[in-house]
Amino acid sequence: MNIGVGLPTSTSGINAELLFEWAKRADAGPFSSLGVVDRVAYQNYEPFTALAAAAAVTRRVRLATMVVIAPLRNTAMLAKQAASLDALSGGRLTLGLAVGARGEDYAASGIESRGRGRRFGEQLEAIRDIWEEGKIGPTPKSPGPRVLVGGSSGEALARMARYADGYMHGGGPPRAFAGAAAKAVAAWSDLGRPGQPILWGMGYFALGDGTADAGAEYLRHYYAFTGPFAEKIAAGNLTSPGAITDFIRGYEDAGCDELVLFPTASSIEQVDRLAEVIG
Amino acid sequence: MRYAVIGGGPSGLYFALLAKKANPTEEVLVVERNPPDATFGWGVVFSEETLGALRDADYETYTEIGESFARWNAIDIYYRDTKIRSRGHVFTGISRKVLLDILQRRCRALGVRLEFEREVRDVAEFEGADLIVGADGINGLVRRTYGEFFKPQVAVHPTKYVWFGSDLPLDAFTFIFRRNDDGLFQVHAYPFDARTCTFIVECPEDAWRRAGLESANEADSIAYCEALFHPELRGRRLMSNRSLWLNFATLRQESWHHGNVVLLGDAAHTAHFSIGSGTKLAMEDSIALVDALRRHHDLGAALNDYEMERQPVVERFQEAALESSSYFEHVSRYAHFDPRQFAFNLLTRSRRISYINLTQRDPELVRTVDSWFNAAATGSPDGVVRLSPPPMFTPFRIGELTIPNRVAVAAGPDLEVAARMGGGLVITEFVSVTEDGRITPETPVIDRAEQDKLRSAVERIHQAGSCVALQLGHAGRRGSMRPHSEGVDRPLRKGWRLLAASPIAYTPHAALPKEMTAGDIAHAVKVFAASARAAAGCSLDALELNFAHGYLVAGFISPLTNRRTDEYGGSLENRMRFPLEVLDAVRAIWVGPLLVRISADDWAQGGIDLDDAVEIARLLKARGCDLIHAVMGQTVWEGRPDYRRLFGVAASDRIRNEAGIPTIATGNVTTADDVNTILAAGRADLCVLDLPSRG
Repeated sequence: MNIGVGLPTSTSGINAELLFEWAKRADAGPFSSLGVVDRVAYQNYEPFTALAAAAAVTRRVRLATMVVIAPLRNTAMLAKQAASLDALSGGRLTLGLAVGARGEDYAASGIESRGRGRRFGEQLEAIRDIWEEGKIGPTPKSPGPRVLVGGSSGEALARMARYADGYMHGGGPPRAFAGAAAKAVAAWSDLGRPGQPILWGMGYFALGDGTADAGAEYLRHYYAFTGPFAEKIAAGNLTSPGAITDFIRGYEDAGCDELVLFPTASSIEQVDRLAEVIG
Repeated sequence: MRYAVIGGGPSGLYFALLAKKANPTEEVLVVERNPPDATFGWGVVFSEETLGALRDADYETYTEIGESFARWNAIDIYYRDTKIRSRGHVFTGISRKVLLDILQRRCRALGVRLEFEREVRDVAEFEGADLIVGADGINGLVRRTYGEFFKPQVAVHPTKYVWFGSDLPLDAFTFIFRRNDDGLFQVHAYPFDARTCTFIVECPEDAWRRAGLESANEADSIAYCEALFHPELRGRRLMSNRSLWLNFATLRQESWHHGNVVLLGDAAHTAHFSIGSGTKLAMEDSIALVDALRRHHDLGAALNDYEMERQPVVERFQEAALESSSYFEHVSRYAHFDPRQFAFNLLTRSRRISYINLTQRDPELVRTVDSWFNAAATGSPDGVVRLSPPPMFTPFRIGELTIPNRVAVAAGPDLEVAARMGGGLVITEFVSVTEDGRITPETPVIDRAEQDKLRSAVERIHQAGSCVALQLGHAGRRGSMRPHSEGVDRPLRKGWRLLAASPIAYTPHAALPKEMTAGDIAHAVKVFAASARAAAGCSLDALELNFAHGYLVAGFISPLTNRRTDEYGGSLENRMRFPLEVLDAVRAIWVGPLLVRISADDWAQGGIDLDDAVEIARLLKARGCDLIHAVMGQTVWEGRPDYRRLFGVAASDRIRNEAGIPTIATGNVTTADDVNTILAAGRADLCVLDLPSRG
């Protein structure tokens, strides 16, 4: 299993210097990828922009959107942005897409949230064709960036199995990942795709004195839209090396191919401390 | 801290005494609307596991409870004038009244304040409390007051049930099934001391009405049930205790706490009585809540932790309880089963006990079931328990054909690779009856070359001992797509012309199919027949017609994709006209076993559901279909699929046991244990085993 690290693009106190330095250290460290989240009505950097910045100061790590809320973007522009980022990073993009969970992002974008599932399906059906046709460039090297789909509904899993290369889970304990992954594999097989879906997971961490509370506070804020569930997510923050290694082992046992751990505190030491834990 | 507990049932009292014991300086008050000796219901059941938790939580009450327990390890099943006893199940039961008495005394001894006969009208009466515990049941005040934060979902079950007591001494958990002119009634009875048992009667609502129980008073209900279960009651009485006929309600809530208010037991969640876990779950909640309060200084963190620990456990029980209640709601479906299979099906109904679990608990019963299964499958003498393979490795006879085992393998392009897995029946990939019936450019067509390829592969597979079914189909509006290695339902840029029942494109970017004319339909029937003739020369063991997954024939069956106004559209009879014409034409040529694959549920609003699927299977059976291969969905592009474990097994179960036709079950079946459980329980005759090739 590969292990990646999230870029600090949504925690409090984010800034350009931190992002560049973080990306450089991740590139030099034991991480396979840099992940970013996507929201509109929130104080975070736009994911393609943040990954483009990271691409400029890195040579090796994969750059992953986890996940871009596709229906908020025009399909042609989404395809073009993704292809551009892929080209500028030397083919390092992994494009995670989903419908997202927040009505406020749709409202802020002036986009109807009803019918977003169907529109997302259309986008997935179209995006590879756009990359292939060559009219809207840059044309990526065939077959184009790897596309992963997130979401827990049966509809999301069917879309994933039809059009994507794999599944991107939205976070939670290893048992939750294992359950979702088993369904993703079942959907893949039911739709008659040969082989296996690629499986990505994610988690949250905060390492070092005093960061646990700040981390929990950030997660409560970030997930306030889930209501009382935010507390549960905050309680799942990994705040010790032991918790992180257990979590990694759990994901590995559940068949995860790549696990990306996102910071919940904005200090550069976080990436170093995580690097130490995963060695 | 000051705790106010609303509700003096087992969970409220147990929480109170544990909290007081953990910290004697805390003030704990329990308020109960009834007097201390009033109790409704009879006995409660615990498992070994719960007893362990009770022992660790409070040894004093555990000892007393243990002394008052009835313990037993058997389940008796009375069905069709036979009694089957299964052993190896550990149960303990206690009188609810005795349990409450033990808990009340312990509460008093520890200094918990108990206020009986106090009706709480407003949660605000406990404003000064640091924590308010709602242990006042599914209809309780606390839950009602904060409903908007807990986000409850209540599902009311369709059957009627009533709790009685009886002086019938039992030494087993007892299920009784009895049919009379009114309908099928069942009893769930279990002892709670040497002399008394709980006796729950359950029946479908229509049976309840026919029996006149709708307007019956308690005495009338007792008289009716005593007469109905006279043989099993052996002259003993039924006793009532506010015994009213009810519908069970399953309660789920997103959250069990809000601010300083928290819910326990039935106030937080319910699970159908047929898995007997209400009090068990409630008392485990109490233990978890007290533990969480000890672990955390912060109340919010403690309540959150309590919920995180308990919700997954409760959800698993609720899932099992739903399977179990659904079994009882539809049990008349199994009324034709041999008593041994009936017993196995009953014991594995909640999916928590599988073939392997039951083998560990009761190897003798499983040997009996295996022997019967094998005798029935091979035609050897029944009634002798002998060494028999598990159901999965029992042959299946269909007409003249004997399939060596019950595993069906869905093959990819390489038939022989699939055959190497050792499944008894290898089903080929989709082979098209015509060039423009292909799904992708890679889909084989049943032409000369394909026939030669098939024949030689089938001969080699026969030598290795497996049977082969050729899957024939026409893609309809799902045709002209890219190879599946590039995705599924991705239209080719330059493809071929599509045909369908109605001109509706499968995906937003797919080509619009042409609506089939009468001439197209007649031609398609001929093409299927010609393909069957071609197949007849390929040494195949069986033919499978694909009438599923939104392909050409399926497109006629589903009202979502058939908008025709001629005799091929409209009613189910009309929508089945083309499929049955195809079936007839093929049946006239193909003499061997004929399988039909159908989507048993469109997974879409307004589409085919399992009721329709049973009807469709009946029609297919009447026209000579030998076996239904039940799959799900894919009728429309944007369906609402559900990929949970064993997702297609319920469909197979219903079709097999309501339409009376053998079935193949599919849908995330991944272990031999699943296969054996499904087969022994009579939910299918063959299973497609999904063996994911993780590499």
